[in-house]
Amino acid sequence: MDLIEKIIEKKPAIVKRWLDVLVETYPEDSRVFFKKETDQFANPVGFTFSKELESLVEYVVRGNLGEEASKGLDRIIRIRAVQDFSPSEAVKFVFQLKGIIRDVLGKRGSLEGFAGELELVDKNIDKAGLLAFDIYSMCRERIYELRVGEVRREVGRLLERANLLCQAAQQ
Amino acid sequence: MAQTPKPEELAKIEHSPPLMEGWMDRPVEIREGFYCYGAKGKNLAAVGMPNPRDWNPADEDWKLPEDWKEIVLDGFKDRLDRFRSFKLFMDICVRCGACADKCHFFIGSGDPKNMPVLRAELFRSVYRKRFTTAGKLFGKLAGARDLEYNVLKEWWYYLYQCTECRRCSLFCPYGIDTAEITIIGRELTNLLGLNTDWIQAPVANCYRTGNHLGIQPHAYKDMIDFFVDEIEEVTGVRVNPSFNRKGAEILFITPSGDVFADPGTYTAMGYLMLFHYLESMGLDITWSTYASEGGNFGFFTSHEMAKRLNAKMYAEAKRLGVKWILGGECGHMWRVVHQYMDTFNGPPDFLEEPVSPITGTKFENAKGTKMVHITEFTADLIKHNKLKLDPSRNDNLVLTYHDSCNTARGMGIFEEPRYVIKNVCNNFYEMPSGTIREQTFCCGSGAGLNAGENMELRMRGGLPRANAVQHVHEKHGVNMMACICAIDRAALTTLMEYWVPEVQICGVHELVGNALILDGEKDRTTDLRGEPLPGMEDMEEEEDV
Amino acid sequence: MNFIISILFSGIVVSVLVLIPWVGVAAFDLRFLFGVVVPYLAMAVFFIGMVARVIGWGRSPVPFRIPTTAGQQFSLPWIKYSKIESPKGNGGVIIRMLFEVLLFRSLFRNTRLEYRRLANGPKLDYEWEKWLWLAALMFHYSFLVIFLRHFRFFMEPIPGFVHILEKLDGFLQLGVLPVSGLNVPSVFLTDMLLMLALTYLFLRRIYIPQTRYISLPADYFPLFLILALGLTGILMRYFIRVDITAVKTLALGLFTFKPTVPEGIGVIFFIHLFLISMLIAYFPFSKLVHMAGVFLSPTRNLANNSRMKRHINPWDYPVKVHTYEEYEEEFRELMIQAGLPVEKQPEKVEEQSEETGEKE
Repeated sequence: MDLIEKIIEKKPAIVKRWLDVLVETYPEDSRVFFKKETDQFANPVGFTFSKELESLVEYVVRGNLGEEASKGLDRIIRIRAVQDFSPSEAVKFVFQLKGIIRDVLGKRGSLEGFAGELELVDKNIDKAGLLAFDIYSMCRERIYELRVGEVRREVGRLLERANLLCQAAQQ
Repeated sequence: MAQTPKPEELAKIEHSPPLMEGWMDRPVEIREGFYCYGAKGKNLAAVGMPNPRDWNPADEDWKLPEDWKEIVLDGFKDRLDRFRSFKLFMDICVRCGACADKCHFFIGSGDPKNMPVLRAELFRSVYRKRFTTAGKLFGKLAGARDLEYNVLKEWWYYLYQCTECRRCSLFCPYGIDTAEITIIGRELTNLLGLNTDWIQAPVANCYRTGNHLGIQPHAYKDMIDFFVDEIEEVTGVRVNPSFNRKGAEILFITPSGDVFADPGTYTAMGYLMLFHYLESMGLDITWSTYASEGGNFGFFTSHEMAKRLNAKMYAEAKRLGVKWILGGECGHMWRVVHQYMDTFNGPPDFLEEPVSPITGTKFENAKGTKMVHITEFTADLIKHNKLKLDPSRNDNLVLTYHDSCNTARGMGIFEEPRYVIKNVCNNFYEMPSGTIREQTFCCGSGAGLNAGENMELRMRGGLPRANAVQHVHEKHGVNMMACICAIDRAALTTLMEYWVPEVQICGVHELVGNALILDGEKDRTTDLRGEPLPGMEDMEEEEDV
Repeated sequence: MNFIISILFSGIVVSVLVLIPWVGVAAFDLRFLFGVVVPYLAMAVFFIGMVARVIGWGRSPVPFRIPTTAGQQFSLPWIKYSKIESPKGNGGVIIRMLFEVLLFRSLFRNTRLEYRRLANGPKLDYEWEKWLWLAALMFHYSFLVIFLRHFRFFMEPIPGFVHILEKLDGFLQLGVLPVSGLNVPSVFLTDMLLMLALTYLFLRRIYIPQTRYISLPADYFPLFLILALGLTGILMRYFIRVDITAVKTLALGLFTFKPTVPEGIGVIFFIHLFLISMLIAYFPFSKLVHMAGVFLSPTRNLANNSRMKRHINPWDYPVKVHTYEEYEEEFRELMIQAGLPVEKQPEKVEEQSEETGEKE
């Protein structure tokens, strides 16, 4: 059995821990709510986190960072981009997967003899982390675009009209 | 790759156990992205509001009058005596928590002070300290605290993080309405000149020019003439609206957002086309440049300011000598018209009980206020087969409908817009049941929060709504959400661009405009937005070539 | 203040309230004080306090008609409107209030966002949150029945409804209480339900993070007080028997205003009596006033007919408005140019404005 298979075998435990660390990045008060597993505190935020992390584990450790993985990361980061986080806080959870894998698998010495593979997994996680940074910046850019777009829509008609008037006056 | 930060190196957050800390021990932190800029002095002065000066919420000093505490506490006392709602809601909450997870801001952020109950406790705590014996005697043990500078800031921060959507009030066993507390709380902040400019500027503009952008009358007319041209381009029919016309039977008032802001403009075109269609059947209607704003930003300021702005509607109806008023698609405009207008500025005894000139239907439900909602009016027309409609022109759209908070929980208009939509469109799907009708989720930008600088707040506040839209988008391919609110049309468009970019926003009467078959119209190839009609995509290309 | 302090504080206060009559009666034999004076004072505080509260609320007017509409409005005749959730008249309002007060309609509506893990992935649901509603209903109705059952002590002869209630309430003839062994009376269902509901409401308060965060000592205190009240009642009925005849003599005396304190009533009874006295005296000053307040709630007790019938604001005052005349005065020139009709068209004004226009 190779390391990735071992990781996937432990997926439920890893996802649970991952969700925990993700939720722990929240400000103190919200953390209390988010930390509660599924039934206790539930909302679109918690829903998205648990759903996407579930599928992300495999994509990330395999380094399979295609469209699906991007979409999953996007859903999570899109939410965090409009909450009270600094950029590093917003994406930190991706890198924390390294420690989680070590914790979960390391217990019974399962990692022994997998140093090479582990390094590969780490690299994949790093890649996913960088992708997360990209997505975060994209989301933030989007927010600025939204601001501009809104102003444009709000008075766009007037500007359009004003331009027409100017043209008319020039003629 | 070597440079990638390790988890340990990334920002560490201090974790102190929140369990052991009560909410009163956590001072407010005014964060960028979650508040709107302070009201400018000139906009406060324009309508004679107190303490006009420029100020910045991020500054330590809010430039308050020295006796600010007395002003607020006197204002508090005064409002306890004037509003049973306020007094009662200060007393009877049992903190059962039924409202806690009903607020879209709480759901999107997890900030506990966005729980309706805690939002209200921010005020109750001061109420107990100042106006109850237990609070005076036992202080913190009785859940009481004094009004400090920081408490005022906390009030302000969270008062302007509530959209007065009333979703919490629906679930409260005693009907405690956070909107009521927010409205009155905002009145208190306005005693100190602590409005946001996003609210105050429209207030000043509406007061003087009649619309929120401060557009002067000639330009207002000009905008509508512009729509007339566009309608002609799309349909080949030239509509002929009239303005400030004395002796018309009906006065039409809509939010000015419909006239200036996309995509509301397409809804305005829909109104124009409908009125033109009905002209030959006996509709005699006029627009007004004086009462050109249905929306009432005064309602986000104080009851008094709401009344001052609302007064224009009846004043103009009286001056023009119309029989009744027809109101366009708007959320808080209708909250005010439905629940406040007659009380504010009535009785409108110079008007007559509204009767549809086309169908003869008496609008009994509006016999006092004499103002009819346009979807009531149009639903009645459709029911009586008075409109020739081609719903297939909307076949490129898969629709869902967003109940706007104000018209849902402050009026109860659910069936009329749905009836209209179902008659002008063929593809319609509802969002999940806990997210529509009386349980509808707010756009996250109501009550004057739809500014640019608080975009993060708006996006997370709108998440529950967007989440439901995403669901129907994925399940049914929904690509358009209709609504009957001008703020929704602006705010949801932005919200969708962030969360579900595949879905666009429209007004109900934009759909009517597309489906309505006008007399003498040319073969339409595009809808009002200039997008090719279903089946006409190729033709467009040919034309373009 | 965190929730542990809140709970400790409330717990200590309730303990002290238990100790006061215990010490007072057992050590100092202040039977008249705890049997007569305190109950009378408490009742006086309750009645005066509640009346003052309601008058206080009543003195503040309802300036606007602001029902929360929870259903389709009355509009066109062919649209079915929601007679109870969006009532257009007082009949509908009364039914709405009855639903609210008797069945806790709004709590019943309570949905909770939930996401569950299903075989094919997690699923977002708006789950009906029934437990709070159920516990609230259980608590309030049990309390009511227990209160009514107590009329056995307040009236002579015992009114018929008490017998009926007791029969219904005690239909479970459980022999599950081996402690006192003999003569165990039938177990009242409501006693059990009350304790169960109280326990649930308490646990819920500390278990759900949201409610734990918002809870004040004022939320734990009444729970503990009623819990203590119930416990002393149950102790008295099943374990530490007191002389029922003497108790009835005392209770009847209180209610007929001929107070007497017969000998031989156990301390436990005085504790019970003191706790109920404290509860009713606490009523008007606490959140428990929701009992009366719910009837006055303007979002529930008003009809959704504000476009049909004018609602009067008693403190309405004239406000400064921007009149059409002022508006036209400012924009007349531009309006005329745009072809908009105006009220006044004096040449003079036109000239003047032209001049000023040039200056600009």
